[in-house]
Amino acid sequence: MMHTSFRRPSILPGFWPALTYTIIYLSLIVLIPLSAIFFKTATSSWNHVWTVVTSPQVMASYRLSFGASIAAGLISVAVGFLVAWVLVRYEFPGKALVDALVDLPFALPTAVAGIALTSLYAENGWIGQYLPPLGIKVAFTPLGVIVALTFIGLPFVIRSVQPVLADADQELEEAASSLGATRWQVFTRVIFPLIRPALLTGFALAFARALGEYGSVIFIAGNLPMKTEITPLLIVTKLEQYDYAGATAIAAVLLITSFILLLGINVLQRRTRKFMEAA
Amino acid sequence: MSTLAVQAVPSVKRDPLPVQLGLTVLALLAMGLFIVLPLVAVFVQAFAKGWQGYRAAVQSPETLSAIYLSLLTVGIAVPLNTVFGLAAAWAVTKFQFLGKNVLVTLIDIPFGVSPVISGLIYVLVFGAQGWFGGWLSDHDIQIVFAVPGIILATTFVTFPFVARELISLMESQGTEEEEAALVLGASGRQMFWKITLPNIKWGLLYGVVLCTARALGEFGAVSVVSGHIRGQTNTLPLHVEILYNEYNYSGAFAVASLLSVIALISLALKKFVERKTGQESQ
Repeated sequence: MMHTSFRRPSILPGFWPALTYTIIYLSLIVLIPLSAIFFKTATSSWNHVWTVVTSPQVMASYRLSFGASIAAGLISVAVGFLVAWVLVRYEFPGKALVDALVDLPFALPTAVAGIALTSLYAENGWIGQYLPPLGIKVAFTPLGVIVALTFIGLPFVIRSVQPVLADADQELEEAASSLGATRWQVFTRVIFPLIRPALLTGFALAFARALGEYGSVIFIAGNLPMKTEITPLLIVTKLEQYDYAGATAIAAVLLITSFILLLGINVLQRRTRKFMEAA
Repeated sequence: MSTLAVQAVPSVKRDPLPVQLGLTVLALLAMGLFIVLPLVAVFVQAFAKGWQGYRAAVQSPETLSAIYLSLLTVGIAVPLNTVFGLAAAWAVTKFQFLGKNVLVTLIDIPFGVSPVISGLIYVLVFGAQGWFGGWLSDHDIQIVFAVPGIILATTFVTFPFVARELISLMESQGTEEEEAALVLGASGRQMFWKITLPNIKWGLLYGVVLCTARALGEFGAVSVVSGHIRGQTNTLPLHVEILYNEYNYSGAFAVASLLSVIALISLALKKFVERKTGQESQ
């Protein structure tokens, strides 16, 4: 038979219908429309594409998008690690509720998060009113972009670290401390190396999501040209000016960056899984 | 277990109480500041003009038409992605075949694509200058900047949700139960309804809920393909944006509070499903 080398024999029914449907639906909804980005870019002249994706306004947006995504990723790593640690290791009343709320940024529509954060950090907002005396302005500055992206990124880090921390063999820590290691040494030499891959995965996931994020950012960013315009916003702006070639060229840059990141995350996650299975 | 030797070593699991207390307070403060406060702000501002203002905003004809369009979108996108999720999970988890890992990676693609790009691709395919633009305008069919575009973009964004939940669940369940049923003479249909479906029902429910919540809340992708015509091509999140940009803050937050309630329900359901599947695997 032809398929014996393609798939291992099984008595279960429905392989071919299920696979055929999967591939056709995947192609129609995802693969073919997505390929339009690359076909469209390929039909423009290389010079034009290059001019668009390196224009000063677009370059400024890369700096903001990458810078704010990295900053938000780092804050998420620090805060997310703390929250994951407390949720895994300690007991306190209301823990299940706090654990459930970790996923809120996944579940809350981005536009809702966007207007809520803007109202909190605006000059008359609950938090914003205390900031000007400190010389800080959050809403409508790059700082606001970081705040929004941290909100989006935090659950990625917490959910990456939690299972690894829960699985970590505490006998290792006890062995280390019975051999005379101080608490700090146990933390830096035993615990931290164990969860480092998970922290990195969490950071990469948060960073990848932050690069493309739109709804939660545009309200708090204020969208001042050259100052607080994120890259996805420029795609929308070009589209509204009917500059399809320009919008597509920027989209291609963003898309390729995301795919490279996703590939890296895949490798990272596979390594973490192997690491956990070996442990 | 509690020998003297073990007790002599201070257990590292238990950090000293002051450390525990300090870190817990810090973590709760961070969660409160970053995650809970924005949620509270939504509800407080939604009622800034009292119950009357809230009702007026929620019951305005434009809000009602946005609710209708959002429900219509969910009603089409979620069933499509649910059927796909079942088919994909069945093929991927119950059989071994060449290129399986590639297929699973391809299914996850929409998670990695910026929402803005998720909308843009349909403009490139169905827009006036797009692949089918000429043919569509000749036949007087409008897809982008109209309702079909909104549904397509939403379907793209929520594409992997059900498949992903089912794949990770069914991967852990293996094929023995289905094989046993077939060997004992069950038909394919009986096997699906009596074995497979009961085994995956909670995961399926959770996948559908996640898919629905995201479909209702999607903003970026829908914003790109929507014509932004009030009362016609506005979903709930787009309506929130319009009200907000018109400085009708209490109205915007009132509509936003509807979406927040749905988000909270999906979080509660996640806990519930986790508890259910946890009990069944014990």
